[in-house]
Amino acid sequence: FMQRGLDSQTKKLLEEEEKKIISEEHWYLDLPDLKEKESFIIEERSFMPCEDLLYGRMSFKGFNPEIEKLMIQMNSKCKEEEIEVDGKMEADVSDEEMARRYETLVGTIGKKFLRKRDQRVLQDEDEDGNSNTRPSKKAKKKFLKPQD
Amino acid sequence: MAAGSGVAAESCVGQVVLPGDVLLLPVHPEEDGERLRLGAGAAPRGRLLCGPGLRRCAGGLLVTKCGLLRHRPAGGGAAGGAYWVDSQQKRYVPVKGDHVIGIVTAKAGDVFKLDVGGSEQASLSYLAFEGATKRNRPNVQVGDLIYGQFLVANKDMEPEMVCIDSSGRSSGMGIIGQDGFLFKVSLGLIRKLLAPKCEIIQELSQLYPFELVLGMNGRIWVKAKTVQQTLIIVNILEACEYMTAEQRKQALAKLSGN
Repeated sequence: FMQRGLDSQTKKLLEEEEKKIISEEHWYLDLPDLKEKESFIIEERSFMPCEDLLYGRMSFKGFNPEIEKLMIQMNSKCKEEEIEVDGKMEADVSDEEMARRYETLVGTIGKKFLRKRDQRVLQDEDEDGNSNTRPSKKAKKKFLKPQD
Repeated sequence: MAAGSGVAAESCVGQVVLPGDVLLLPVHPEEDGERLRLGAGAAPRGRLLCGPGLRRCAGGLLVTKCGLLRHRPAGGGAAGGAYWVDSQQKRYVPVKGDHVIGIVTAKAGDVFKLDVGGSEQASLSYLAFEGATKRNRPNVQVGDLIYGQFLVANKDMEPEMVCIDSSGRSSGMGIIGQDGFLFKVSLGLIRKLLAPKCEIIQELSQLYPFELVLGMNGRIWVKAKTVQQTLIIVNILEACEYMTAEQRKQALAKLSGN
């Protein structure tokens, strides 16, 4: 209620009365506290943990290589065998081929990001061949002041 | 309901049990105490696994299905031992975590409806595939076969499936490819085939190269190079439920001889 003018004491009395009323009306169980025993039985409706069943997808004699890999993975997880993890992963492309490709790749992608002027320079160099000694003429065009 | 006094669980292992039987477990010394007993006497026991066909009740385990009682002693994998009832049935009940083969029956907006052989159709969201986003939808048509696992499966709700595992990878789940042959067997045979060292599978793998997907709902999908080879494998798998080991070896010997 909006009771501003009440003293703090009367407020406290009112609150206590309210609490008393509530506690009498509150229903509570008159039973002793049941001690919950830690049960050591787990109920389980699935057969998988009981019988240690294998994984359902299988492939034999190389019919489906991905599934054969999966079989080894899943069944080793179940049996908790430790398979030595190879440090070197199977590579689809050999190292040499990778190095060769990478060499050319860096060049071709790098060209894409050159500015137009540098691209022209590159073209000139290609046309003239390997002439590294020749100083590049139009390296950077400076602003030419218009002659009066 | 006064049931007869229970029988010790260990004595019934390997025997037929009927629903309503109460199995007593060896009583723990000091259940309430928290002190660990060091020494060879009572090793601290892990949790006991109460598998399908059994329920927990006051005093022990209550059998809910008829079948043979199996026990696995405490080993390295699961903590504590495991008891379960090995029963045979053809009708599948969805269970959380099971990998099953489902057939897409309908596409309803963002969700596919799959038939898994249970009482209700399971739902599968299009985002539950590896690498699927709102723009990059998986190419699933009505009639496709999907290998996935149950995320939610209880008797109060519609079962939900997903095709990725908890780390977000598909690990073999998803749409099963073209061709191949799907057929249904009983659930007991599937468990037999999925057992760690299954002779049937080992012997079959010597015959031809082929691919096999086993769903816990009783469905098997086979694909081999030619139609004839596929059908041979299908017939062997269906028949091996009732053949003895020798009959099976004879049949396979004939085939590999041909």
